[in-house]
Amino acid sequence: MRSRLEPGRLLVVDDNKVNRILLARGLEGQGHRVETAENGKQALEKLRKDTFDLVLLDIEMPEMNGYQVLETCLRDSELRDIPIIMTSSLDEIESVVKCVELGAEDYLNKPINPILLRARVNASLEKKRLRDEQRKLFRTFATKEVADELLKTGFSLGGKYVHASVMFTDIRSFTTISEKQDPATTIELLNNYFALMIEAVVGNSGTVNQFEGDGLMSIFGAPAQDDDHREHAVRAALEMIELLKGFNIDQAARQKVQIGIGIGIASGNVIAGFTGTQHRATYTCVGDTVNIAARIQDHTRAVDRPILIDQYTREGLPEDIHVESLGPVLFKGKQQLIHTFAVNPA
Amino acid sequence: MPVIDKVIFEELKQMSGADFINELIDAFLEDAPHMIQTMQTAAETGDVETFRRNAHSLKSNAYTFGATELGGLARELEAMGRENNLAIGDRLEVLREAFGTVAQELRELRI
Repeated sequence: MRSRLEPGRLLVVDDNKVNRILLARGLEGQGHRVETAENGKQALEKLRKDTFDLVLLDIEMPEMNGYQVLETCLRDSELRDIPIIMTSSLDEIESVVKCVELGAEDYLNKPINPILLRARVNASLEKKRLRDEQRKLFRTFATKEVADELLKTGFSLGGKYVHASVMFTDIRSFTTISEKQDPATTIELLNNYFALMIEAVVGNSGTVNQFEGDGLMSIFGAPAQDDDHREHAVRAALEMIELLKGFNIDQAARQKVQIGIGIGIASGNVIAGFTGTQHRATYTCVGDTVNIAARIQDHTRAVDRPILIDQYTREGLPEDIHVESLGPVLFKGKQQLIHTFAVNPA
Repeated sequence: MPVIDKVIFEELKQMSGADFINELIDAFLEDAPHMIQTMQTAAETGDVETFRRNAHSLKSNAYTFGATELGGLARELEAMGRENNLAIGDRLEVLREAFGTVAQELRELRI
């Protein structure tokens, strides 16, 4: 049903030729189709003429600056839904915060780090694709009036039983970290972190469906059926740990805090369906499997292991993934013992 | 002594693709003298906004190539522009000289 990490049609707006070439070549190298504009006016002309999936917008430009382009787009019903990533130097952090408050999707600091560029562009494209899918869904089941009303008030739709793996990912002791640094640094940290985690999920056929503070909930095997959902969930978890290693090296190099995460996965029957509002998560699931996944994630802290899974998930794994039995655990509020396994990162 | 941070330069090459690094260097070598000249004229006519914006662009490009010292000089000038202070003394001369060294090294780094 859905193809993963599809290339997008991108518009790079920057008055500076070196930046324009660099971004365009870098993104083309990642498989995207890229157009460029030298100033805000030209950018708006191109946006009105063609369809774009994403805009990378410089803030500092002569005549019409990035801030004005962003405002114009957000006021225009035709352009409002195109995600915009602001690009700026570290000195402009105040303008950046203003842009994100106003409605920019994300931002990237210049000089651009190629790993972050890929992760955040892909995360923005994935989020847009989810929103587009949601809109398409409305059109198929309702008249425009009903759809608009539902978009405004929130909705829930056709829950059904599906076989899936549910994954919870949490940052450990994030509170202590966020108290130590200013809010802009925390948001920057979260944005980078989430972009990487989303990449791991989407790259392994999963769907991210909920952000809760620093936590992330993902589903594998729904909405699109996937017979290998258990393996894919665990591979995503392993990739998260791997990506986080790079993230922490980068953080250390910039004298910033490093983080550890805990991941819990449980598989089985879940009730899945569409819930939410236009601006919040779309596809979600409920049921015992979800609760167990959340409990198992909590348990990672107690046993100090990054990845824990339940027995049914373990049974769906190929031999090259190494697991270690931690024995049965009785979780609060649960009647039966849950056999947990630790997955060992390479 | 080399003025280009090779770690940053290698990262840049990796991002643009080795094939395009020459295109990037050429764009910089072509644009930067214009920026410095525009700053000179703007300083003489008291056009702080143009002065600041060109210092900003030069700073951004210098850091992109790993020319940290040149970036720092441009950054100082950008800050002065932001504070409406165009009493820059001989800073543009120093900047021009720093760019000359950077340009020389970048020409050698072309593939």
